[in-house]
This record gives sequence, structure tokens and C-alpha cells, in this order.
Amino acid sequence: MSLLGDRQQLAYIAAQAADARVNVELETEGMTLNIGPQHPATHGTLRIIARLDGEQVLWADPSCGYMHRGYEKLTEVRSYPQVTALVNRIDWLGSFANEVPFILAAEKLMGVEAPSRAQHIRTILFELSRIANVTLFLGDLGVQLGAVTPVFFAFRDREYVLNLIEGATGGRFHPNFDRIGGLKDDLPAGFIDETRIVMKKLRGFCDQIEDLLFGNEIFQSRTRGIGVIPKDVALQYGMSGANLRASGVDWDLRRDQKLPLAYDKVDFKVITHPDGDSFARCWVRLQEVRESTRIVDQLLDTIPTGPIMAKVPKIIKVPEGEAWVSTENPLGEMGYYVVSQGDMGPFRVKIRSASFNNISITPWLLKGVYVPDIITILASLYFILGDIDR
Amino acid sequence: MNLAALLSADLPYWVQSLLRVVGGLVAVLLPAGTIVYLFLFKMMSFMQSRLGPMEAGPQGSMQLFAEVGKWLQKEDIYPARADKFIFKLAPLIVLASTFLLVVVVPFGPDALFTDFETGVFYALAVSSVSVLGILIAGWSSANKYSLLGGLRAAGQLIAYELPMVLAVVGVVIQAGTMNLQQIVVAQNGGSMFGFSSLGNPYVITQFVGFIVFMIAVQAELTQTPFDMPIAESELVSGYMTEYSGFRFLIFFIGEFATAGVFSMIASILFLGGWAVPFSWFGWTTIDSIDNWMNIVGPLILFTKMIVIVFFIMWIRFSYPRFREDQLQKFAWKVLIPVSLANIMVTAILKVAF
Repeated sequence: MSLLGDRQQLAYIAAQAADARVNVELETEGMTLNIGPQHPATHGTLRIIARLDGEQVLWADPSCGYMHRGYEKLTEVRSYPQVTALVNRIDWLGSFANEVPFILAAEKLMGVEAPSRAQHIRTILFELSRIANVTLFLGDLGVQLGAVTPVFFAFRDREYVLNLIEGATGGRFHPNFDRIGGLKDDLPAGFIDETRIVMKKLRGFCDQIEDLLFGNEIFQSRTRGIGVIPKDVALQYGMSGANLRASGVDWDLRRDQKLPLAYDKVDFKVITHPDGDSFARCWVRLQEVRESTRIVDQLLDTIPTGPIMAKVPKIIKVPEGEAWVSTENPLGEMGYYVVSQGDMGPFRVKIRSASFNNISITPWLLKGVYVPDIITILASLYFILGDIDR
Repeated sequence: MNLAALLSADLPYWVQSLLRVVGGLVAVLLPAGTIVYLFLFKMMSFMQSRLGPMEAGPQGSMQLFAEVGKWLQKEDIYPARADKFIFKLAPLIVLASTFLLVVVVPFGPDALFTDFETGVFYALAVSSVSVLGILIAGWSSANKYSLLGGLRAAGQLIAYELPMVLAVVGVVIQAGTMNLQQIVVAQNGGSMFGFSSLGNPYVITQFVGFIVFMIAVQAELTQTPFDMPIAESELVSGYMTEYSGFRFLIFFIGEFATAGVFSMIASILFLGGWAVPFSWFGWTTIDSIDNWMNIVGPLILFTKMIVIVFFIMWIRFSYPRFREDQLQKFAWKVLIPVSLANIMVTAILKVAF
């Protein structure tokens, strides 16, 4: 912690010194630019205070909390099933993925394990919400860099995934489908065939985006070498998910930890990229959508029969204890530290959301870049405001 | 009926002036409206797998009037700290540069506003007037985003003015005149290797010049990939951030009318303008052209303009944008050397043949 504090302090001092030097040599004045809270690039209410010299950023500082909804406090006055509905709203593009680690933590405390069919369906829905989330990122990336067309393709193809999630759970955005000990319902008829078709469509979408955006020279010149995060810095700032893997760290919680999910039954690659620049981050995400479609396809083949709910009491009381479960969510590592005192609701829940850590690197990263690069870097770091402010 | 005679001698001065004003409005607003509906509403929608406006009129063709009606109803807002006089003046300057441009465009053998000897020079000169409007719009808005956008626009438009001029020099050398009407005549009355049934459109001989000119036009119109000044995702529309209602409408008309006029100038310089090859009907000089070309000529020019705007808009809707320094590098390190080489080759060939 002190290391980060020192680093930020040093960055601030260096920025001030740079500001002073510019003023003396060129007789120019710096300009403080407020990017946000209402700004198209922040897709939410993130505020970035940037000190500019012309178009160059001397220092920049993210200021979050404009969307703070107090979820950690709210969980203390909700029962366990109600918290599931609450945490749906954290990362609102991949909602189902938020429910899973909390439910797993509660199950861990209760000593319950979901039946293997429920684990399979959980994993399928988890990956579907990852696809829905990252698909929109790939489209939004184009808009941030000035290409308006990809986002419409992204919305079009995300719709297929949302229809699947709606068909299975009844909710397009906020499924609220996961239960302690299993799932609310079984899969509807025809879900498996429909999902196979959609996965094929999404691989087509990935090819399309790769042609339209990633192969474009302007896109490459805008993203390659911009916002480079070295391996050690990424680890120091506690980054996770695709941002970390793009810096060359081979770390994926789906593979690296043993959870009651079906990831050990499928064969998938963990995508890494050695560069650590904006292009690497976008590229890793694109490849991960492809891998996710492959994971879903494999899970559909091996889905077992059986019950979808373990034996749990009607009124859920979680025994006293503490549990930490984190999963590899679309945005990175998301974990819940649940403290229970034997009541119907948790005593305290600490939510570790990925975006909050991922954007904490921005003061370090934005120093010295140009104004358009702020947008590139923020877009490639890929945060969701609900995930930062909770 | 000879339009030249109609416009010069037979009518009283006020009728002539009225006709010119109406003609100017038509020549600016009609292309702008067509471009907005055809490309911004419909083509963009079809590229993005959606339908676009469908409710107002058949296929949404009346949508533009609905939009104009909406803008006219909006409250007239200006920022509290804005410099009000020049804030209000800025959109008018931008639109004025469009009207100044259209003045030298020939639409037919006699259908033109002025037959200006140095038309090319004039057109390239007045096209820069819009920079002034954009710059003062950015400055007077009292908004940091607008200021950045205005300064970016100034830097970009000045940088791309140069390759544009240099690209046109090739055409001027080949035609031997700066009069736009004479350039049209030189292309359609000319021949390639004694083969005159296609005329001699300069897009073939001046292909490099045409490409450079179109890139410069793209930048001059601040369309993607050169839309740094109005970048919505970073500068929130740049110099237009604080404008709303009627003033925004004027900026909007200015943007697309200028796109139309620049495309007309491009089709005159490189694609043969309003005329068909003279050998088709056995014409030899401009005076021997039949009078019906005054009606058909504008239609031909309009068609060519639509084709060119199609390419401009196609690129606009599919490319991401450059960064400011990359954009300047591209202008100074690529476009200007290429167009200078083009001028040199053209001059050598002109002397040799």
C-alpha cells in the first residue's frame, strides 16, 4: 500500500515540476480539464481531472464515487436471496456473473454444493454473460476511437445472447437466477440448439470486428504502444482479468482455482499478450470471446442430467463464519468476503470488484499522453461505472 | 432560350439579383438536404444494419423537414460567459464560406453565377474562410472542449489546405487555365491518344492528384478519419458543443453543403463537370453547345457529386479517427511530398508532349 501511495505522490510531484518547467520555457499556462462526470467516453459518471499543457496531459486523476449506491452497506439489511438481486446491478452488462461468487461464498459457509447439472448451467450462463459484456466492449471501442459502425453490430449480436439469457432466466439484464444450492429453474426446451446457433453467429461477429477494426491501420496506430503497462506495474496495482493477461501475466481464475463450477471439464486456452499496450488489451478480449463461445459449445455437449437444486432449507440461515470466493468475471477478478453471524442476512460483505482496481492505474498511465489517448486508454482498460462505485 | 441572355440583358437588375439569390440557395441547400437524407440517414443506417428514419413520409423522406422544425423551435441558448456577438457570428461565417464557394461553380454552358478567370484560386481561398468561423466559435464558447476543438480545427484545416492546393496545381498545369468553366471544356473537348469519345477526364492522368485532393477534402470537411475537431467521444463535438437550435442547424447545413460544393468542385476538376464528351454531339467549342445542356448539365453535375459524396461518407462511417499528431504527420510527410512529385511529373510531361 505504501508503495502505491509513494508512487502516486511521486507522480504528482513530477507533474507539478513538469508544469512549472513548461511555464518557464514556453511561457504557457496549463489548463485543468474536467473529463466527466458527464462525458460520452466514461459511459457513466467517472470524472477525470486532467492537467493539460496544450494537448498533452501533465497529470490526471480519476475521481470516482458519483454513482456510489452503498451496496456493501445494503447487504447488511437484506437476506441472502435478496442480496443476489442487489449484486446483479454491480456490473450491469454481465449481471449473472456477479451473482455466482456471492452464491458460492454462501454455499461454502453452509457446506452445500450444487448438483452437477446446476454447476454446468451456471457456467454456461456465466460465459454467456461474459460474451454479452465483452461484445459490447468491442463495439464501444470503435465509438471511442471514432468509428461509429461497429457498435451497432455489437448491439445487434449481443441481442442474440440477451435473448438466450432471457429465455433461460426470464430477465434480460438482471437474471437473479442463481440460488443457494442450485438454480431457480431448469433450462427451457430448445435452449441447447438455439445456443449453438448463437455461438456460431458470435464467432462470425468476432471475425467481422477483427476485419473492420483490428485490421485497420488507423486503429492500430491509435492503440499500439499507447498506454503500456509493464508486468510488474500491473501486478503492483492489483489489476486483473484481460488487463493483466494483456501485460503477459498468465493468470486466470477459471483455470487456476478449484471452484464448484464446470471449468475443469472443458478445454480452453488462457489468452495472453506480451505487449501490455491498448491494442493487446483489446485483442485479448476479442480472443476471449472466441474462447468463451468454445467453452459454451463444449459444456452444451457434456451437460449432465439430474436435479438442479440441492437440499437446502426453505428459510436460509447461514452458519457463523467467514468465506472469500472470487471468480474470473468479464471485467476481471470479482470476489466477495462474506462474514456471517448465523442470521438470515450477512453481517458484512466486502465486494472486491475488478474495475475499481483496474482504473486505479490511470494516474500512472495517463501522464504524458495526448488527450485522444486518454480516451483510448480508458476504453481499453474497460471499466463499468457500477463496478467501480458499487 | 439563352440563360446568359436571360441573366444579363433582358431582365431588370432586381430580377437578376433575385434569380441569383434563389439559384444560390438551391445550389447550397438542395445538395445539403440530399446528402443528409441519402447518406447520413439512410446509407449510414443500412451499413449499420438498421432502417433509419421511417415514419416521416415514405421511407422517412420528410424526416429532414421534421428535424429542421425541431431545431427552429428550440430555445436560443448561449453560455453565460460567452462572447455573445462573435458567438452568434461564427455559424454565419461558416455558412458564408459555403455560399462564396458555390459562386464560381459552373452548372452548365451558361448556367453559372460568375465566369471567374481565376476560379480555382478563388475557390481554394474562400474555402479557408470557414476556419475563421470555427476558430471564433471555439474561442467564444467559453468552454475548454470547444477551445481544444477550435484549435485542432485551425491546425488541421491549415495543414490540409496545402496538399489541396498542390493537388489542384496539376490540373491547372494540364488544362492551362484557372477558370473552372475552361477546365470543364478542356476535359470534355480533349482526347486521349487521339481517342476522343470519352474526352479527357483528368481523373485518369491526374489520378494521384485526385486521391490527394479527396483526402484533403475529407480533412477539410472534418469527416472521419479526420474529425478530430468535432470528436464526439473525446471533445463532445468540439467547437459545436455549446451551439443548439438554429445556430447548430446553420453549422449542420454548412457542413453538408460544403461537402456538396467540394464534391462538385472535385467533379469539375477531375471528372469532367457538368458536360458530356463534346464528340458525342459534334460540339467543338463552348459556344456550339446546345441550350438543353443548361438543364441536363446541372443534373449530370449533381449525379457526379452524389457519387463522390458516397465515397466520402463510406469512409466516414467505417474508419476510426486519427490522433492530432498523426494527422499532421500524414499531411506534411506524405501528402505534400506526393503532390509536389505529382506537380513535377505533370510539368515535365506537359513540356514533353
